Amino acid sequence: MTQQTPPPVVELTGVTVEFPPVKALDGVDLHLRPGEIHALMGENGAGKSTLIKALTGVHTPTEGTVVVDGVERRFSGPADARAHGVSTVYQEVNLCENLTVAENIMLGAEPRVLGGLHWRAMRRQAATHLRRMGLDIDPASSLGSHSLAVQQLVAICRATVGDCKVLILDEPTSSLDTDEVEHLFTVMRSLRDDGVAILFVSHFLDQVYEVSDRMTVLRNGRLVGEYVTADLPAAELVQHMIGRSMDVLEAAEEVAERTERPAGATPLLQVLGLGRKGSIQPFDLDLYEGEVVGLAGLLGSGRTELARLLTGADRADTGQARVAGRPTRLRNPRTAMGHGIAYTSEDRKGEGVVDGLTVRENIVLALQAERGWMRPLPRRQVDEIVARYIEQLGIRPADPEALLRNLSGGNQQKVLLARWLATAPRLLVLDEPTRGIDVGAKAEIQKLVADLAAGGMSVVFISAELEEVLRLSHRIAVLRDRRKVAEIDGEGASTAQVVDLIAGGGAA
Amino acid sequence: MRDVLRHHLFWPVAALVALLVANTVARPGFLAITVRDGHLFGAPIDILRTTAPLLLVALGMTLVIATRGIDLSVGAVVAVSGAVALSQLAAAPDPAAPGTVLRAIGLALVLCLVLGVWNGFLVSVLGIQPIIATLILMTAGRGVAMLITGGMITTVTSAPFKVLGSGFWLGLPAAAVLAFGVFAAVAYVVRRTALGMLLEATGINPAASRLSGVRSRTLTWTVYAASGLFAGLAGLLISADTMAADANNAGLFIELDAILAVVIGGTALSGGKFNLSGTLVGALVIATLERTVTVLGISPLVTPLFMALVVIAVTLLQSPRMRERFTAVRRRTGTGAQRPAARPDSTEVTAG
Amino acid sequence: MTTSAPARRTAARIPVRLDRRYLPVLGTFVVLALMLVVGGTRYDNFLTPAVVSNLFINNAHLVVLAVGMTFVILTGGIDLSVGAVLALSTVVTAALLQAGWPVPVVLPLAVGVGTVIGLAHGVMIHLFQVQPFVATLAGMFFARGLCFLIAPESIAIGDPAFVELASWVQIAGQWRMTSSVLIAAIVLGVAFLALHFTRFGRTVYAIGGGEQSALLMGLPVARTTVLAYVVSGTCAGLGGLLFAMYSRSGYSLTGVAMELDAIAAVVIGGTLLTGGTGFVLGSVLGVLVLGLIQTVITFEGTLSSWWTRIVIGVLLLVFVLLQRVLSLRRT
Repeated sequence: MTQQTPPPVVELTGVTVEFPPVKALDGVDLHLRPGEIHALMGENGAGKSTLIKALTGVHTPTEGTVVVDGVERRFSGPADARAHGVSTVYQEVNLCENLTVAENIMLGAEPRVLGGLHWRAMRRQAATHLRRMGLDIDPASSLGSHSLAVQQLVAICRATVGDCKVLILDEPTSSLDTDEVEHLFTVMRSLRDDGVAILFVSHFLDQVYEVSDRMTVLRNGRLVGEYVTADLPAAELVQHMIGRSMDVLEAAEEVAERTERPAGATPLLQVLGLGRKGSIQPFDLDLYEGEVVGLAGLLGSGRTELARLLTGADRADTGQARVAGRPTRLRNPRTAMGHGIAYTSEDRKGEGVVDGLTVRENIVLALQAERGWMRPLPRRQVDEIVARYIEQLGIRPADPEALLRNLSGGNQQKVLLARWLATAPRLLVLDEPTRGIDVGAKAEIQKLVADLAAGGMSVVFISAELEEVLRLSHRIAVLRDRRKVAEIDGEGASTAQVVDLIAGGGAA
Repeated sequence: MRDVLRHHLFWPVAALVALLVANTVARPGFLAITVRDGHLFGAPIDILRTTAPLLLVALGMTLVIATRGIDLSVGAVVAVSGAVALSQLAAAPDPAAPGTVLRAIGLALVLCLVLGVWNGFLVSVLGIQPIIATLILMTAGRGVAMLITGGMITTVTSAPFKVLGSGFWLGLPAAAVLAFGVFAAVAYVVRRTALGMLLEATGINPAASRLSGVRSRTLTWTVYAASGLFAGLAGLLISADTMAADANNAGLFIELDAILAVVIGGTALSGGKFNLSGTLVGALVIATLERTVTVLGISPLVTPLFMALVVIAVTLLQSPRMRERFTAVRRRTGTGAQRPAARPDSTEVTAG
Repeated sequence: MTTSAPARRTAARIPVRLDRRYLPVLGTFVVLALMLVVGGTRYDNFLTPAVVSNLFINNAHLVVLAVGMTFVILTGGIDLSVGAVLALSTVVTAALLQAGWPVPVVLPLAVGVGTVIGLAHGVMIHLFQVQPFVATLAGMFFARGLCFLIAPESIAIGDPAFVELASWVQIAGQWRMTSSVLIAAIVLGVAFLALHFTRFGRTVYAIGGGEQSALLMGLPVARTTVLAYVVSGTCAGLGGLLFAMYSRSGYSLTGVAMELDAIAAVVIGGTLLTGGTGFVLGSVLGVLVLGLIQTVITFEGTLSSWWTRIVIGVLLLVFVLLQRVLSLRRT
């Protein structure tokens, strides 16, 4: 950081974005100075993406101002923003793999000759830009032939063609390995030294601490604060993101009732060294009946990946699993189901609900799939099951024939729970079951989880909200950077302890 | 009244009724049905008979489309089926012997089932896009049919076989009885077992279905096999009608007619929710349309023009943009259902 | 391990490594060469200028169709209407000439019919989000029906100016080149330049690679999509003109299933039906392969014509499997 602070190149004041009735962003300020790397921090749903979209003109703020370079702007979209020096590089590389590297960098600002593309000049200019990124690749090669890391750098390269004052990097590191991240950081630092303002979004705390100068923290669409990175300990940052001060968190801790596990009991599911390349490092985990195991960790820490290996949603390439002591291969969701393992994905829309079918059909889907198409559940039994879960879980509208796409998020989640409960699983893996649903539904689901465990079911509970995990879990597995780093007893666990484990090396 | 208008069969049925009315106006005796020798005769009965092969093909097509697929090869399969059956009959010493006829039918159907299984293999195991996978057989299939008939239009006389095309059962055209019977049986199975629901789940959200333990691959494979089998049956009806296996022209464009029947019937090509009763009406609309064109004294060759207009109208009415406009109007007039929570993210650029 | 990994990994440039993009086209080329060699050794008079000239003359219209189809398929779409539009164009040409319209008016009109239908496809597909398959299927029925409405019977073309244009031929030894071959070559040249040297062309590729990405890169996706169908329609109209010149007539039943030949040529030429990868020159090679199959079967004499379709089907299968393997290896 330089001593005297230059005026900000981007200044957001009181920006509010509404998707009625929700305020996705509520009066947020952001000051982005030239020549700094500024981290934008917050858990899922905190409003990071919305903020970026408000800045680049994808969303129009209902209140507040966006000032770029001293002029108030309302960009019409990313292209317009780019024309005014604000470029975005998204998490998934949004380039065309089938085109050459040169085209991906230059199209839109391509050199021309006789009204056509001037390929030679295009390649030459692209090569110059690439060299600035420290990349020595053939501009005439197709983008798809390069690794994701290189593609990411090419995307940044494209963003910096022309007059780039502000560079927004949305989760650029989530699929890169350590060396590749280092290279990216070198590039970011050199751009910063050239005076570019970089807004950096990452879920990896270590990375944020390594590369950023300052940070802005959001929570639930509101601004928590703006901090100098060096002055903010990692544990404190985690608290800011999660949203409770340590005292409140500790107070909220409730020791979940537990039925005493008999000594020497066989775990319902035991995995040893289960892992998958590029997804999660090998880990061990024992799951017992009547127990809730919480997975704590930030987004991208590997909690979902772990759950997917437990449930056959992804196939592990190392390690082994034992169900009730017997070696088993969890090849696909169907084999896992055969062992009484059920999984609700965090991606409710993409991998959970079948939105064109009714509540009734969605509830019986897994049970019916297990029986096969030739043995339909008798209608009476279907009605009975559906009525029972609509009642028990309080699904609204209480209409079995309602299309799932017309239900609220919370009620869709309840339908998914019902789908799995109907199969009478022995192990239920819930990935973010309470994300994006209202407080009432959230409390109901939490209570349900506790009740299920009390009834003898084994539950794995994943949530971004530490408070929730602490309250519900008998045991907590902590993950960081795609690795299981600790396993602690839920009863003895203090919030401080978990936060420290999550923050890990970043606190140093 | 609004419920009637909203019913998914409203527009297809309205089209059908409109066509029938037009026919009756042009020819007042159009709907008359007479009884001769205990058989029913008349234009409506004729329409039932001509619908039969299309209905069978459209039946398989609906199931395939439900899984987000498409089967372009059915026309070629129709040709293969007729070629196999008739060349079998022609080669036999007594084409009219019941055993011979049964063997010919059986052989044709088994071969068509195999062709369907082949398509299913390409799509569900090798993961080739349905449109390309079935394009292969669409191209090669007619060649195979010609190979079987030796390039001739095989003609044969076999009374028992001919019944399939132009005979009568229970006073009704045998082809219609067979096709509507198979249609009803399949519809019954699909809706009484869990097959329909699992197919729809696979078509709407393959990822969610997989996580729920649905055997999507087997289901997909099955529907292509079924589509081949039904096309084979349709091929038998068509060849029995003319008692000639014309490898070039048998079932020409029937795949397109079938797709149209499905689309008119309100099943979207994007898969998921399917609607067999709609397909039935769609097939009837197409057959009636063809009939109407002749009744109105227009050359039957111009039929495609009218079909194009029907398809354009139906698809535009179903297009998202039109629907948006309709909902907008309904919202403004205040009769519409509650507006779902706006999620601008889903329509906007989906990055970030 | 302090230097940057990505740079190091890619720094080692393999000098003349064949880009995988060219593999399918290379495959087509090999098939074509093999057919020529086998044909040349098997039959006398096979590799003669006359036979090769005829290969081009007989398939000029298909080249034009395949070129147009390539644009559409590169965007990830499909155009089922080209055979019917070609027929419509022959019918319009013949009917207007019969009515005594002058050639300079008739020619642009015949091509324009295709352009208008292509535009309608583009609008339906882009604006109303009708699937390309359905939209162009409707277009196919529409064009075919219109043909019969205009002229149920074949119309012979006797207009002297048109006949003169059609019989224009350039002879060099045994080599012959007709006006249709010349036109097809020009179309090919223009298409090649458009695809590889204009932003429009690169946007066509970009859309096929990923429409979202193309949008985010700020490329004119809407305009380009519509234009691709316009190109295909126009090519079909022009193809009809060439076919009318070739057959000296306009007939409603021309070009039945010709869209399949065009699609097959494009696929055999190495273009992925999912869009984004392929070359217009490959499509021409595909057309030549199809034409050569026909020629070989004619030369063979004992082989019946239906083997053409079977061989095309098998070739399609081989190329589709090849592409599948390539795309699997990529991911």
